[in-house]
Amino acid sequence: MANRTPLFDAHVKAGAKMVDFHGWDMPLNYGSQIEEHNAVRKDSGVFDVSHMTIVDVAGAEAKAFLRKMLANDVAKLSVPGKAQYSSMLNDKGGVIDDLIVYYFSDESYRLVVNSATRERDVAWIQEVASKFDVTITEQTELGMVALQGPKAAEKLRLVIGDEAFAEVDGMRPFMSAQVGDLFIATTGYTGEAGYEIVLPASAIEKMWDDLLNVGVQPCGLGARDTLRLEAGMNLYGQDMDESITPLEANMGWSVAFEPEDRDFIGREALEKQKAEGHDKLVGLVMREKGVLRHGQKVVVDGGEGVITSGTFSPTLGFSIAMARVPNSVGETAEVEMRKKFVTVSVVKPSFVRNGKGLV
Amino acid sequence: MSSIPKELKYASTHEWVRNEGDGVFTVGISEHAQDLLGDMVFVELPEVGDTVAAGDDVAVAESVKAASDIYAPIGGEIIAINEDLEDAPETVNSDPYGDGWLFKIKADDPSEVEGLLDAEGYQAVIDED
Repeated sequence: MANRTPLFDAHVKAGAKMVDFHGWDMPLNYGSQIEEHNAVRKDSGVFDVSHMTIVDVAGAEAKAFLRKMLANDVAKLSVPGKAQYSSMLNDKGGVIDDLIVYYFSDESYRLVVNSATRERDVAWIQEVASKFDVTITEQTELGMVALQGPKAAEKLRLVIGDEAFAEVDGMRPFMSAQVGDLFIATTGYTGEAGYEIVLPASAIEKMWDDLLNVGVQPCGLGARDTLRLEAGMNLYGQDMDESITPLEANMGWSVAFEPEDRDFIGREALEKQKAEGHDKLVGLVMREKGVLRHGQKVVVDGGEGVITSGTFSPTLGFSIAMARVPNSVGETAEVEMRKKFVTVSVVKPSFVRNGKGLV
Repeated sequence: MSSIPKELKYASTHEWVRNEGDGVFTVGISEHAQDLLGDMVFVELPEVGDTVAAGDDVAVAESVKAASDIYAPIGGEIIAINEDLEDAPETVNSDPYGDGWLFKIKADDPSEVEGLLDAEGYQAVIDED
């Protein structure tokens, strides 16, 4: 039987269409994924992300361990609660997973990694950790919801009360705070303001119901995918995997090559690739009818590539995609769609931010 | 449970057909089909005046999730298309048997419709999936 999050019954009650997502029974939508998408862009929506894996890292060598294992440098983090986007790489520089690391102190961090890669991730973390004085704890009794949208703050205040909300009021993006039982972070996967809230599994259904009661739209995986793609955020297993390096997945900004003496796993391979050149992940925009889809062939100046993620953008009203193509790519590309080639524009892979179109 | 009106005929490829009299038949996709596809974003329809044979792919329903061919359930001439779908493709989701119709065919041979499935037969097709 598939894994169920503590919100399974709540999803069914809300009329969710449930689907299997890498071994988890998850809501695809609660009726219309486009309406859910629009709610997040214009008001607020809540996602069950309890299937994601939370791993706490503690110990005298926690910092040294993460500086070895992660492509971004946790030494850049000095303010307790600060979050950082990062990735774990194999020796060849391939992405084992992308993740967010939260800093509490040099001896205490939290990692949130993908659910689809849970076993591989935990095994890898344990393997690398075995050479360091650290304790790895997978938090299986915690659940997580993502409350996203321009009205997320207003809704959170209504649910947790003025006093608790004061602790996170005005918190900048990519920060976090522990407020009683709630670990509240200003992170997300939609390109909107909002929160990811980690809380005891036993308390999550009440939080969910309270959010719905103040008018927050429940949102499923369908809307999550169109929102993240508009925001230009990668989906593990689709836009990158262990055969793809961060440099080929528009994640170069999250790799810290400085300081030069930090010997993180995958560094050598990335430096070699950097010197030799590599494919890159770009955005595609098609204003005519039709929808760009994962797996479609892309012909560009100097070679061929492939669409890694494609969809209809509900915010923009036309189709967008991410594609991995040769570095020689120009301003347009030809996509093979339903037996014919269509010319599309090549843009930076970021299409919508805070409700506004960027292309 | 998705609705399957008794008065319609169905193709195993999920189109429905309504007899409008005078050899004219309206075609759409079933509630089950729109549910499988999810939110519709584009509907590409044939041209009025096109001559089609049963089984020809004549239209495309493109949802957020996938593009799906729509086949002519019977042969004939396309005499009308639902132009409102251009601006409101979601009508196919909200009212698949009503305002979400796709096109009308003037049948070459109205008896071709008899070879299609009735509601019970179509239900059996869905149950097999």
